[in-house]
Amino acid sequence: MNKQRTAPGQKWGRLWAYVILILVAGGMVLPFLWTVSTALKTSGNALVYPPQWIPNPATLRNFATAWHRVPFGRFLLNSFYTTVAVVILQLVTCSLSAYAFARMKFPGRDQLFLLYLGTLMIPGQVVIIPNFILMRYLGWLNTYTAMILPSAFSAFGTFLLRQFFLTVPYELEEAARIDGCSRFGLYWRIILPLAKPALASLAIFTFRSQWNAFLWPLIVVNDTSKMPVQVGLSFFRGMYSVEWEVMLAGTLIALIPTLVVFALGQRFFTQGIALSGFGGR
Amino acid sequence: MKRRRRRETWEAWAFLLPNLIGFLAFTVFAVLFSLWISVHKWDLFSTPAYVGLRNFFQLIQADRDFRRVLLNTLYFVVGIVPLGTAVSLLLALICNRTLKGMTLFRTIMYLPSVSSTIAVGIVWIWLLDPQFGVLNYLLRSLGWANPPNWLGSVTWAKPSLILMHIWQYAGYYMVIFLAGLQSIPGQLYEAAELDGASKWQQFWKITLPLLSPTMFFVVVMKMIGVFNIFEQPFIMTNGGPSGSTETIVYYIYSNAFQWFNMGYASAVAWVLFIMVFALTLIQFKYQGRWVHYE
Repeated sequence: MNKQRTAPGQKWGRLWAYVILILVAGGMVLPFLWTVSTALKTSGNALVYPPQWIPNPATLRNFATAWHRVPFGRFLLNSFYTTVAVVILQLVTCSLSAYAFARMKFPGRDQLFLLYLGTLMIPGQVVIIPNFILMRYLGWLNTYTAMILPSAFSAFGTFLLRQFFLTVPYELEEAARIDGCSRFGLYWRIILPLAKPALASLAIFTFRSQWNAFLWPLIVVNDTSKMPVQVGLSFFRGMYSVEWEVMLAGTLIALIPTLVVFALGQRFFTQGIALSGFGGR
Repeated sequence: MKRRRRRETWEAWAFLLPNLIGFLAFTVFAVLFSLWISVHKWDLFSTPAYVGLRNFFQLIQADRDFRRVLLNTLYFVVGIVPLGTAVSLLLALICNRTLKGMTLFRTIMYLPSVSSTIAVGIVWIWLLDPQFGVLNYLLRSLGWANPPNWLGSVTWAKPSLILMHIWQYAGYYMVIFLAGLQSIPGQLYEAAELDGASKWQQFWKITLPLLSPTMFFVVVMKMIGVFNIFEQPFIMTNGGPSGSTETIVYYIYSNAFQWFNMGYASAVAWVLFIMVFALTLIQFKYQGRWVHYE
């Protein structure tokens, strides 16, 4: 490429690209910025017209108020506990079954895999009622078990990991096998370390859906001490709907953990979308 | 040899077992149980009574509320799927360059889609506030003296939720489009450039046809997602005003968990599933008309 000829055009092109990017990204992020701004205002300044963009005076009081009105600390802890449990359980159960589907021969394997795939089409609304009745019958309503266990197994996770395991060359396992490595050893020492990016992607997908889960915890839990943060936030919204600066401070408390996790793990998120065949062809 | 195979079978089931137990209990059994519930009348407290297909007949023939929530849901599908797909594609085209700081821009754009709908729903109630909301402030400064009472108006509540939904998921589908864009070989554009094709022609003749499989996928996923819309109306409007934003899944929720019509709610869930499934099949059948696979 002739650098000298293209340089000025490229420079302007790049400048334009930045202008457009900043405008678009600004529009996307505006609702969040406006939330932060309102949450930092005093109660008098939140409801003034025209709106005040930069809070003056700024205060952190609303966060403390929200935190004390409803047990946000407890909500976050509940969300954290159930999310971490589901992520770990899914990684274990899905990677084991994915290994069997990807690497082992047994009668009925393909039919069973097809059954797994078939259920990916079935929406949560179909199984939510029977599963609720099952939880009630087992006496698990209002327990962490009800929030964790039904989500600890996933056909999607099995599918995602199987696709990745299939891309790991067989020869690596053959060599270890000749050295006398057991099946579990192959899975644990060869496949899992190589599948770290896929595991990270599944972890971050599961984190997203579990941390943001709403309908299921809403129906199985009604005790405030067990509520995850999304249900707690909705409960908070139902109780105080006038004081917007406090409401939005509470909303930010619920939002910040997700924003942090995704800002840090964005690589695995975008990789996972490409990996699951989503967007590929 | 036979012994080795038997051993492998054993081991395979051991690997499968932890996942399989949950899969059988919470998916396979749940689906069958749901079918059983849908042909019963059951309020959870008394014994279930077999009613055959009466729930389904009632639903399709006589239930005016179901017709309303169905039409509301279709309104959302029609309002969100084409426009949302176009917006995501546009974002992907903007972000498909190597520039310093691009990762940051992309991250900003998909952050709404990873945030919880409950939280961003509350944020949007505030943005759309008729008196103090930023949106109406901007509209007033642009000269619209009496901007609508968005979520409080039967006319504007649905468009408000559509706007919010498109904003929330634009970045997610953008990531999918980006993956599709990056799989288009660069030589094609170089060749087109040599032939004197303009950027505009390149977009219509190269990008769009080669992106059509991705677009197909996005359209199908978005359609399935929007048919199942629930959290936005739940947190933002409670299905109102006058039921104008109540969706099918909202109706399932109310039937099952507020009025305890477990059988009827399950029937609604199956009708929803069958409808979405049929529409997906139709899309697969007619994809040949516009989707180009190499």
